[in-house]
Amino acid sequence: MNTLSETWSWLTTATHWSGPDGIWSRLGEHLFLTVVCLLISCLIALPVALVLGHLGKGGALAVNLSNIGRAVPTFAVLVLLLLTPIGTYGQWSTIIALVLFAVPPLLTNAYVGMREVDRDVVRAARGMGMTGRQLLWSVELPLALPLILTGVRIAAVQLVATATLAALAGGGGLGRIITAGFNLASTPQVVAGAILVAVFALLVESLFEAGQRLAPRRGREAV
Amino acid sequence: MTAPPDDCLARNEWICGAYLSSRREILWDAALQHVQLTVLAVLIGLALAVPLALAARRWRWAAGPVLGLTTVLYTIPSLAMFSLLLPLYGLSAALVVAGLVLYSLTLLVRNILAGLRAVPEETRQAARGMGYGPLRLLLAVEFPLALPAAMAGLRIATVSAVSLVTVGAIVGYGGLGNLIYSGMNTYFKAQVLTASVLCVVIAVAADLLLLGAQRLLTPWTRRQA
Repeated sequence: MNTLSETWSWLTTATHWSGPDGIWSRLGEHLFLTVVCLLISCLIALPVALVLGHLGKGGALAVNLSNIGRAVPTFAVLVLLLLTPIGTYGQWSTIIALVLFAVPPLLTNAYVGMREVDRDVVRAARGMGMTGRQLLWSVELPLALPLILTGVRIAAVQLVATATLAALAGGGGLGRIITAGFNLASTPQVVAGAILVAVFALLVESLFEAGQRLAPRRGREAV
Repeated sequence: MTAPPDDCLARNEWICGAYLSSRREILWDAALQHVQLTVLAVLIGLALAVPLALAARRWRWAAGPVLGLTTVLYTIPSLAMFSLLLPLYGLSAALVVAGLVLYSLTLLVRNILAGLRAVPEETRQAARGMGYGPLRLLLAVEFPLALPAAMAGLRIATVSAVSLVTVGAIVGYGGLGNLIYSGMNTYFKAQVLTASVLCVVIAVAADLLLLGAQRLLTPWTRRQA
């Protein structure tokens, strides 16, 4: 097919990989956005979810947050933040929007994971005289880890996808190659960018999958 | 056309009544396109998901590839998905619908399959004992019992589709997303906020509508409660 061969030649042109608009720098931006936002969202969501899960409160909050997150268009939030005063400070509007979308899956999965720890185990640990803090760190957290990691994985893949959308609102990342292709009316570039983004997303997904498989045995049994 | 100084359009405010009244038709058209794209995508997705789920249930070897492929498709970012389909469909509404169909497939196939698998074997045997053929068993017993799980998938798929349609703005068929996109380029705050809020309203309305339909279709679940 014609588009395919043109796409291939676009991808194999050395000049498309280098420079500030090149594939490598866009990939770097994408990776940076994903990693930074994943760290921030974990720092926000996990402590809250662990404490709420330990206390057994806020279940409705965790579930509802996740549902609301689905109904609000990512693109709309990106643009809305861009038009607020935050938008004038470089990438902050993008980072805030990305974090907003990564927090719900993290929160929900970590909370559910904490609540699904066998109640008998928790009672036994309490009967052994463990304090709440010990219970949280050495009983509930290890047992909830598989579900928490699933949440991290969902959040990471979602971040990769959302970072792509940031390009629509003028942000950086691999999506820029696609939007630039649209502006140039160059279908090969659009398709090449799309392939790069798709491969990157699938790579992140399979990395996490491999990581979960390599995790300690106890973690796997609980899944 | 000179705007009076107390005009909220001239001051570019977020919330603006004058915008609502003066652009009513544009908003209506965009919302209509938004709903059409969503409904079309979800209906096609449903039409494809049912046979796929049935195939995955009947033949063990089919389950792995069907679930695996739909999950992989779900991982691909929406902007990339629409762009990958560009050579096939060109700049058209069909492009957006096709992308959305691929997304809804994962959620629908998984949930329909889970619903069908959850039908108790005793129920199936009882129906067979009453002389139900395979087709009647499927239509009169299995589908109704699988409905709650399938509807849960349908609700998630619909709500996600409503929010994903906005990305279709990149090819000019994004419903309310078009307004957000053009509003972003012209810094038109009222347009961006109004279109965004309308998206959420459509999503919530669709969700409630499906919830209502589910309650009407499965009266037996209420009688127990």
